[in-house]
Amino acid sequence: MEVDITHYLVLSGILFSIGLFGALSKHNAVGILMCIEIMLNAANIAVVAFSRFLVEDTVVLTGHVFALFVIVVAAAEAAVGLAIVITLYRNRETVDVEKVDSMKG
Amino acid sequence: MEWHLISPELTMAVLALVVILLDLVVEKKHYLPIVSAVGLIVPLVLAIDLWNEGGLAMNDMLAVDKFAIFFKVLILGITAMVIMSSWRYVNDKFEHLRGEFYALILLSALGLMLMAAAREMITIYVSLELSSMSLYALTAFLKDRKSTESGLKYILLGGIASAILLYGMVLVFGFTGTTHLDGIGAALADGGAREPGLLLGVVLIASGFAFKIGAVPFHMWMPDVYEGAPTPVTAYLSVASKAAGFAVILRIFFEAFGEPGWLYDDWSVLWGVLAVVTMSIGNLLAIQQSNIKRLLAYSGVAQVGYILVGLAAANAAGQSGIMFYLAVYSLANLGAFIAVIAISNKIGSDEISDYSGMFKRAPVLALVLGVCLISLTGIPPTAGFMGKLVVFKAAMDEGMLWLVVFGVVNSVIAAFYYFKVMKVMFIGEAKSLVGIPSDSGIRAALVISIFGVLLLGIYPYALTKWADIAAVLLP
Repeated sequence: MEVDITHYLVLSGILFSIGLFGALSKHNAVGILMCIEIMLNAANIAVVAFSRFLVEDTVVLTGHVFALFVIVVAAAEAAVGLAIVITLYRNRETVDVEKVDSMKG
Repeated sequence: MEWHLISPELTMAVLALVVILLDLVVEKKHYLPIVSAVGLIVPLVLAIDLWNEGGLAMNDMLAVDKFAIFFKVLILGITAMVIMSSWRYVNDKFEHLRGEFYALILLSALGLMLMAAAREMITIYVSLELSSMSLYALTAFLKDRKSTESGLKYILLGGIASAILLYGMVLVFGFTGTTHLDGIGAALADGGAREPGLLLGVVLIASGFAFKIGAVPFHMWMPDVYEGAPTPVTAYLSVASKAAGFAVILRIFFEAFGEPGWLYDDWSVLWGVLAVVTMSIGNLLAIQQSNIKRLLAYSGVAQVGYILVGLAAANAAGQSGIMFYLAVYSLANLGAFIAVIAISNKIGSDEISDYSGMFKRAPVLALVLGVCLISLTGIPPTAGFMGKLVVFKAAMDEGMLWLVVFGVVNSVIAAFYYFKVMKVMFIGEAKSLVGIPSDSGIRAALVISIFGVLLLGIYPYALTKWADIAAVLLP
């Protein structure tokens, strides 16, 4: 069986769904950040696969460049996110998002 | 490479770096807001100077057209007003982080300016993240319980939204083979089939940006973030990031998804339905708020609903209507928030009940807040009325009567909670008679916003003519 674009897209779709489900259901703030990373990397797999298979026998580099930018953005997002999680922990000694609910309505 | 085409963005980046460097070496930090506010004149002048020129910069990734320049000027003006009016608040609340505060505001403004100009998806994504990342940090800047909580909610929900947006962009790239908006438009116009994957991509992109502008059902972050964030950041967030969000939505949906006809019809109805849901839910939730910042947050959700009416109209009148409405909304909302900053500097509370009898304590501030709320309601002779008029008229041109009916009914509902605040301020018993001090920056910003709101209410042509010229996006 030859591995073609469908396989990559299915893998990417599954990863994205896992990430989205985790981000919406996890209680731990760090876990949610990790699930967001999974979603971003699912997009990376899809964009590189598209880039590779879009035109027969040639490689369109746009997708690869896109993936590199996404990796950088993901790193920056993790840095800011973890900084905020640390401040949160100093304030409340918990990173459970279910307990972070002082504002409602 | 024509460097002068991106000179506003370059000078903006340099200004942010200068502020960081000055913060390191200068002892007298009270110069920082002056440097930041005065320094904004340079990119502003350079941007206006490009008005008649136009062109494409950075390998066609940035458009320097009148549309982008209109939004750049709007964003720079908003940034200047926020910096002017916030120096006392910043001195009181985070004295040791002043340099970082101004640098982050400037960097996020840079991201928003790039968003307004970007015509390529990688650029759009990176500039969106530049502005969001700065805003996440600014939201959590107070480092107290509420501010950290709002920062956490903002970054988690914002991260999910940007991942969804990214996946949409990837799908659209996969089905069209390019990330340039005009290339996508050309690929779709020329035999674009109704692929489910492509439609999914369009919907995911729409959801990602709906989060940025705070449209229902992606509005849940707004009240919490607005309440917890430092008030100047809330003021900035409520107008600047919405303006840039609409700029990029307009550009993507007109330039990339303007053709073929079925796609155009699909997204017009999509935004129309979102407009109705957004204004209705925003207004209904605003009625029950007791905190002025939360009230303004939900009122902002409702205002996004009215602006989306112009997007659903999807014509040139809608484009220029959105631009006019955004400018008018920015003036009124900033005026309201700056009055809230001045009042909370003194009384240290954002509860509406604490605004009781504010007219007796600070007649000018109460009057300004009142006029801004009247403009947000949309009652003549304020600019808010004219804004609603142009946007609703654009929808009428397309025969979308149902949208206009919802818009008008919702404006009447909205009057209830705006007037409730005014009733408390003007008729309520004053808890004390100590005056509310304000400083020159706050006064200047309030004069600008009040002057703008009244001028554009009486003589809207002063701005609509520029908005009409700047509405240049074509499918």
